[in-house]
Amino acid sequence: MASYLFKRILATIPVMLFVAIFIFLLLRLTPGDPAAIIAGDFATTEQIAEIRKKLGLSEPLWKQFFIWFGNALQFDLGESFYYKKEVSELILNRIEPTFSLSLITIIFTVCVAVPLGTMAAYTQGSWVDRFIMGFSVMGFSLPVFVIGYGVIYVFSLKLQWFPVQGYTRIGDSVFGWLHQLILPSLALSVIFIAFIARMTRTSVLEVLSEDYIRTARAKGQTESKVLMRHALRNAAVPVVTVIGLAIAILIGGVVVTESVFNIPGLGLMTVEAVLNRDFPTVQAVILFFSVIYVLINLLVDLSYTLFDPRIRY
Amino acid sequence: MQDTERSPFRLTLARILGNTSVRVGGIVVLLIVLMGIFAPHLGTRDPGAIAPKNRYKEPGYAATMRDYNTGQKVQVIYKMGSDTLGRDVYSRVIYGARTSLIVGISVASIAIFCGMIIGLVAGYFRLADGIIMRIMDGMMAIPAILLAIAVVSVFGAGLLSVIVAIVVAEVPRVVRLVRSIVLSIREEPYVEAAITAGTPIPTLLVRHVLPNTVAPLIVQGTFIVASAIIIEAILSFLGIGIPPEIPTWGNIMAEGREAFQLHPYVILYPGVILALTVLSVNILGDGLRDTMDPRFAKRV
Repeated sequence: MASYLFKRILATIPVMLFVAIFIFLLLRLTPGDPAAIIAGDFATTEQIAEIRKKLGLSEPLWKQFFIWFGNALQFDLGESFYYKKEVSELILNRIEPTFSLSLITIIFTVCVAVPLGTMAAYTQGSWVDRFIMGFSVMGFSLPVFVIGYGVIYVFSLKLQWFPVQGYTRIGDSVFGWLHQLILPSLALSVIFIAFIARMTRTSVLEVLSEDYIRTARAKGQTESKVLMRHALRNAAVPVVTVIGLAIAILIGGVVVTESVFNIPGLGLMTVEAVLNRDFPTVQAVILFFSVIYVLINLLVDLSYTLFDPRIRY
Repeated sequence: MQDTERSPFRLTLARILGNTSVRVGGIVVLLIVLMGIFAPHLGTRDPGAIAPKNRYKEPGYAATMRDYNTGQKVQVIYKMGSDTLGRDVYSRVIYGARTSLIVGISVASIAIFCGMIIGLVAGYFRLADGIIMRIMDGMMAIPAILLAIAVVSVFGAGLLSVIVAIVVAEVPRVVRLVRSIVLSIREEPYVEAAITAGTPIPTLLVRHVLPNTVAPLIVQGTFIVASAIIIEAILSFLGIGIPPEIPTWGNIMAEGREAFQLHPYVILYPGVILALTVLSVNILGDGLRDTMDPRFAKRV
């Protein structure tokens, strides 16, 4: 067990190292002087010289990487010339909206997608199954910003149930926070629900053909107990894996959703940073999201031992 | 003799074309492709022509305009309304199909070509496998849209950089698919027989291994087209993709953002067409997967 934990954690190191190298090289590959790009269009010669010294730009490339990587490990991700702030501070300020949006979306998705997928598997081949799978293909195909504007049109402009755009901090008003997050979470969760409902269906279908399900039925167990206790529990491992992997879709969707609903989170910051050619911020946000993604999947792998006692490393 | 040679191919083709999803998805995709090709003949005007007098006109608005060439006054109808510069949304939506299709098809072809070569090498040469797959794992650790945003931020907005950006994001998935097929195929008796017979490695790969990847790659390619169309629309919508002077569905929607509450149709029409296109490509892909690649169909 301990050796598995160790190995699994060790395996994330090359992945993270590659991500770091990629993000580092991104700026070096752009035509022009990296220091001038980082300093922005209105920088003085002294500022550029200072940045050049800090990044060690006169050193060989591999040395520059270690300087950058060493700083990143200490959460020193450089300074944004556009926001005139430390990038790490910017990220901290912007985490709350993004985290809130993601959390509500995931909770909503799991509550809808797992029952839908189970129902589709249980009624395999029937019109219920076809309807749910049809919805799933549709969910994949509707771009999140199209759904976003669709729900704004229906629920905000026509029905006026929700505010059109914006974000209320949870510290200011819990109700306002939830009220403003419902529409964006709804828009964001469609693709997520489509994906996870499909995976739940596959996984439950596989389990339903197992011998122990037949045994449970043979001994007269009620169908609901067969489904809940025997099938769903065993189908949980692949479903949780998929939720972990789908975090990548979620992160991409967050960037778009925050732009549609004007939520001042990390996603909106990424887009603003690209538009303003604010490279330290772009680098930092991509690094941040990738680390989160890898860590979540690490936790998912490790959580298998909790879900499934048969898995012992 | 000739008949027996041809029949397996014909049978497969008949099976594929007999599938409802392939038919429905295929026909809609075909219509959209035709729409892109024949854009100038579908009652469209210059999609870039501005008419500040006719800003934000409702769909169906009839305006009198002067023809550039003849100088005569003509009656034109804004079938889908006009945008903030008085441009015809209908013409822009029709022309926008071109960009989406070009991006979708070029990304799929390039990603499959690169992914196939890298995947073959990774699957066949153990030494390269470790390094290549670690790099692919690393690339997949960056969410696809962020990876595309990162590449676009370096090369600047433009058709070529958008295509490159999406290819970079899609290649790892193709590599994984090809590699997994190669790994299972190389254990097959006929491949071992070919090795024993002294077949040189390039011939072995091209003649015995490559044909097995064709069906799954066609299926995967369809899904890449759908995903590339979405990512292009997202990048353009965010204002970091294709420059605004080229009409794309994402760009039209981006320009409709500020006045969305008053004039939702500028976003509505391109949004519906975009969703319809992606949906039909995905339905086509589902049908192809069920008929061409039953092993894959079981896996998903």
